[in-house]
Amino acid sequence: MYTRIYKLMFPKEASDQPIIYRLVKQYDVQVNILRGEITPQHEGNLILEFKGEADKVRAGLAFLKEQKIGVELFATKVSRDEEQCFQCGACTGACPVGALHIRRTDMAVLFDPEKCTGCGHCVRICPVKAMNVSFDQLARVAS
Amino acid sequence: MSEFTVNKTYAEINARIKSGEAVVVTAEEMVDVVKKEGPVGAAKKIDVVTTGTFSIMCSSGAFFNFGQTTPTIKAAKVWVNKVPAYAGLAAIDIYLGATEPTEDDPLNKVYPGEFGYGGGHVIEDLVAGKKVFLEAKAYPTDCYANTKCKKELTLADMKHALLCNPRNGYQNYNCAVNLSEKTVYTYMGMLKPNCRNANYCSAGELSPLLNDPLYRTIGMGTRIFLGGGIGYVTWQGTQHNPQALRGKNGVPKRPAGTMMVQGDLKQMSAKWLKGVSIRGYGTSMAVGIGVPIPILNEEMAQFTGVSDEEIFTQVVDYGHDYTNGIQRNYGEVSYAQLKSGEIEVAGKKVATAPLSSVVKAREIAELLKKSIMEKQFFLSEPVDQFPTVDFSFDNSNK
Ligand code: SF4
Ligand code: SF4
Repeated sequence: MYTRIYKLMFPKEASDQPIIYRLVKQYDVQVNILRGEITPQHEGNLILEFKGEADKVRAGLAFLKEQKIGVELFATKVSRDEEQCFQCGACTGACPVGALHIRRTDMAVLFDPEKCTGCGHCVRICPVKAMNVSFDQLARVAS
Repeated sequence: MSEFTVNKTYAEINARIKSGEAVVVTAEEMVDVVKKEGPVGAAKKIDVVTTGTFSIMCSSGAFFNFGQTTPTIKAAKVWVNKVPAYAGLAAIDIYLGATEPTEDDPLNKVYPGEFGYGGGHVIEDLVAGKKVFLEAKAYPTDCYANTKCKKELTLADMKHALLCNPRNGYQNYNCAVNLSEKTVYTYMGMLKPNCRNANYCSAGELSPLLNDPLYRTIGMGTRIFLGGGIGYVTWQGTQHNPQALRGKNGVPKRPAGTMMVQGDLKQMSAKWLKGVSIRGYGTSMAVGIGVPIPILNEEMAQFTGVSDEEIFTQVVDYGHDYTNGIQRNYGEVSYAQLKSGEIEVAGKKVATAPLSSVVKAREIAELLKKSIMEKQFFLSEPVDQFPTVDFSFDNSNK
């Protein structure tokens, strides 16, 4: 399984096309919308999480390119403000993948960015706003 | 004659601190000492056990005297960074409570609300040295003619700033689950439906009142570590309930004792006082507290030697029972089980998450230990005791 976050930029002309529908239907890519906006010029930007088999996602990306949709590979970067975090552990109950977890020997709350999927649950749960999410552009996708 | 084999006084312990001979360990370290040496051996060896807790503690706040204006004012309504403070005390004395949200906070209108800023955050900003914006309204009198004032000020500009928390350091607390069908957002955190997670909130064997379960040494006048400065226990806290169900070791298995604590806010630090936002519930403040416990005799050694395996709490449903005032529990679990990351509730394995920081509790206990060993911190004998119940290890073992 392949999970990546992309930003799709829809030109004005593409805004009435069932692009996402076809992506799901024909390419079997699961999408999860993380953020969406429409610019005053009627262009649409979507930040999506793609899940699927690597070659299907690749084919889906090629399809998007054909449709003249701009695609950028994104990383949701979740980081922890170590000064702000007071090691309470509340976030460990919300993290679905164990990226935030407790080292039982000393009850330290550890954050493993490698495991983090960027779901953002911890951002909402942390009482001192120590967890932050940002979408960072990694690369413009050339297919 | 005393009923104990080992008998030390506060004065003797303080003399040993002064001469640099005092033996101080944290409550975690004491567990092993008592296991190895037994209570009498441990009491002979150890003079002070330090405890700590750092967690969200509602029923916290601060008194401020914000200084007069010209012409003078008798403030009737006061806001600090848009958070309402209580002004019905005198002319310029106010009390700012930790759970007070900003006046224009959308609260739970968009559920679950974010509660981004409140009284606890104002207190944190002040101890962090930040400027806050104070606004007051008043009716004029002959001696106080001013009807409004606005000013920016820092903690240093306050004439007086006293952290005054009517209920802190709960001796034990419920383990919260949610047996309803929908997610609930509580002061015990987010609880998933159908008992899919359990949250608990105590430092366990490091927690102050769990190491002095009958309030033998923690009482009115006990000097403590409070929010990074020095504070005092000034009374039993609100809801203090010594009658709560106890185990054979005297340790309550339910929420029981509490402490009211006070201290000069100007000595404190933003590291140990943190404004918090609890989704769907509101704002509050996390407070760091450390209490030194003098090992006056073998009974105090035995109390402070308590381990997470011997401290129990009840599992309570916050999906339905708590809100409806239903006194029911779904079994008892030990802090050792809670800290293992998984407990069993009604035959089902449930993942646990703490809300109280063990790492920071330990850090406070270590800090306190260090300041005692460096002769910076001496113990005070309480001038009066909290309400308590009869207990002795002899009777309980019979
Ligand atoms: S963003 Fe999601 S996966 Fe990453 S640490 Fe937070 S809760 Fe865990
Ligand atoms: S909830 Fe926030 S403060 Fe608590 S351990 Fe997690 S990141 Fe740190």
